[in-house]
Amino acid sequence: MTETRTAITINGIVKEFSAGSQMIRVLHGIDAEVRSGELTYLVGESGSGKTTMISIIAGILYPTDGSVSVFGQDIYSLSDNDLVRFRLSNIGFIFQQYNLIPTLTAAENASVPLVAAGMKRDEAVERGRDMLDKLNIADQADKLPRQLSGGQQQRVAIARALVHEPRLVVCDEPTAALDAKSGRRVMDLLREVALAPERTVIIVTHDNRIFDLADRILVMEDGRITHDGKEMPEH
Amino acid sequence: MTWIAIRMLTGDRQKFFGLLFGVAFSALLISQQLTIFVNLIERGATAVYNIPTANIWVMDPVSRTPDVALPMPSTALDKVRSVNGVEWASPMLRSGATVRTPEGDLEGVTVVGVDDATLIGLPKKFVNGSREALYEPDAVIIDSVGAAKLFPEGFDPIGVRLELNDRRAVIRGIVDVDPSFTSQVILYTRYSNALAFVPGTRNRMSFVLANASEGLTAKQVATRITEATGLKARTRDEFARDGVDFIIENTGIPVNFGITVALGFIVGVAIVGLTFSLFIRDNIKQFGALKAIGVTNNKIRMMVAAQALLVGLVGYGIGILLAAIFISSGASSSPDFKGFYTPWEIPLLTAAVVIAMILITGWLALRSVLKTEPAEVFR
Repeated sequence: MTETRTAITINGIVKEFSAGSQMIRVLHGIDAEVRSGELTYLVGESGSGKTTMISIIAGILYPTDGSVSVFGQDIYSLSDNDLVRFRLSNIGFIFQQYNLIPTLTAAENASVPLVAAGMKRDEAVERGRDMLDKLNIADQADKLPRQLSGGQQQRVAIARALVHEPRLVVCDEPTAALDAKSGRRVMDLLREVALAPERTVIIVTHDNRIFDLADRILVMEDGRITHDGKEMPEH
Repeated sequence: MTWIAIRMLTGDRQKFFGLLFGVAFSALLISQQLTIFVNLIERGATAVYNIPTANIWVMDPVSRTPDVALPMPSTALDKVRSVNGVEWASPMLRSGATVRTPEGDLEGVTVVGVDDATLIGLPKKFVNGSREALYEPDAVIIDSVGAAKLFPEGFDPIGVRLELNDRRAVIRGIVDVDPSFTSQVILYTRYSNALAFVPGTRNRMSFVLANASEGLTAKQVATRITEATGLKARTRDEFARDGVDFIIENTGIPVNFGITVALGFIVGVAIVGLTFSLFIRDNIKQFGALKAIGVTNNKIRMMVAAQALLVGLVGYGIGILLAAIFISSGASSSPDFKGFYTPWEIPLLTAAVVIAMILITGWLALRSVLKTEPAEVFR
C-alpha cells in the first residue's frame, strides 16, 4: 500500500447552470478530500453531477460557489492564464473518446503536453516514445490513431496524460469505449504506471467491471456525495 | 505548437486541398481578370505609344481619342508649325475602311496615313520589309496582329494585293505593334495615298504630330499650341491616358470585370470559410482537449493563424502561378493577347484580397474554437 496524504480539498462546491430564465443547481455544496497515492473513483448515474465535479476538480469549469485546493493551491483564485499554466504543469487528462489528434502519430500525440509547455519537438517526441514504451506499445509509436485498436489508443491517451509527470490525473470513463478485457488491461496498466505516492488519480466511471481496482469510491447522487468507502455500497 | 497545427491541417487532405482550391481559385480569378482588364483598357493607349517619335498630339478640340477624332483642315498643320517651340510637325490621317482579301473576305480596317516625306507616324519595329517600301505605288504596311488575323498561319503576305475601299493596295511590309482596343487590322500608308484610299469630307487630317524643341517640355509646347491655335494639344502620355479613360467611361468593361473580381472574392470566402469551418468543427474535440491540457487561447490563436497562413500562402502561390501561365501562354499563342503582361500591382492587390479572405475566414473559424469550453471534452 502506498503512503497517502491529502492532495485535494473540496469546500462547499456549488454549481448552477442557467436553462433559459431558470438556474439549475447540479452540485449542492460538496465537501470532500482526495488523497495522493490512491486511485479514487467518482461513481454515479448519468446526471448525478460526477462530470461537473471532475471538471471543477480539474480546473476547467468554474464553480458557482466554494473552493478547490489542489496540492495546497486554491486553483480558482488563480488568474485565467495562471490556471491554464497550473493545469499544464500539474494535471493530466484521459478522455472517454481519447481525443487524440488523428493526423499525429502515437508518439507525437503523447508529446503534446510537453510541446505545449515549450519543449522542442524532437525532445518532446522522444519523451512521448519513452512513455509509450512504459505502456508497452513502443512498437506502435509511429502509427496514426486510426491504425490502432481502441485499447492502444487509450494507452496513447494515458501516455499523453502522464508524459509531463503531473501530480493529478483525471480520467473520464477510461474504459467505456473498450471491451471488458481491454478495459481491464488498461486499468491494470493505469494503476501500475500512474499510481505513485505523490500523485492522485481520479476516475469518473460507472463501469462496475473495474470497481475492485479502486482504493476509494465516492458515489454521487443528485449532486451530492452519498457514499465514501473502499467498496461500492450494498443496495 | 505550430507544427502540430500544420499537421492537423495537412493531414486532413480533403479539407486541406479544398482550402487550397478556394484560395487558389480566387487568386487565379482575381489576378487573371484584373490582368486582362488592365491590358484591355491599356489598349486604348496603344495607338499613341506605337508612335514613339511624337511627344505632342494636336487635334480638333472635340476629338477625344485616336479613334474618336474630328478631322481638321489642312491649314492646321501650318498653324502648329508656326508656334514657337515646335521642333517639327507632321500630318496624320486615321480613318476606317473596308478591305477585301484575295480570298474574298471582308474586314474592317484602320487606315493610318503618315507624312509622305518623313514617314513620321510609322511604327519603328518591322517584322518584315522596311520603311522605304512605303514609297512604292499603292504600298501599305500591315500590323503583325492584323496580318495574323487576315492570313493563315505561316503565310507571307508581302506582295499580296488587297481591295481597299475599291482601290488597289499592295502589302509591302509588316510592323510589330501592340493591337488596339478593337484589335482592328491597321494599314499604314503615306498620307497622299491615304487621302485616295479613304475618300471623305473636305477636312481629312485627323491629327498633327509634333515634337517640342530642345529645352522645352512637351507640356509647355502643348499649352502654347492650344493658346496660339485654339486646337487641342495633348502630350503623348496625356493622350494615351485619354484613350484609357474613354474606354473606362464609355464601356461596361470596368463594371463587368469588377463584378467578376467581386465574385472571385465572394466565392473564395464561401469555399474557404465553409471548408475551414468544417475543419474546425471536425477538430473541435481536439482543440477542446488541447485547451483542457493547458494550451492557452493565445497559442490556439497562433495555431489557427499558422493554418490560415499556410493555406493563404500556398493557395495564393498556386493561383498566381496559374494566372501567369494563362497570361503567358495566351500572349504567345493568340494575337488577341499580344503584349499582355501582369503589372506588379496586380499580384500585390490579389495578395491583399487573399489576406482579407484569410482574415475573415480565420476569424470566423477561430471564434468557435475560442468559444469552446475545455469542460466540453468531458461531455
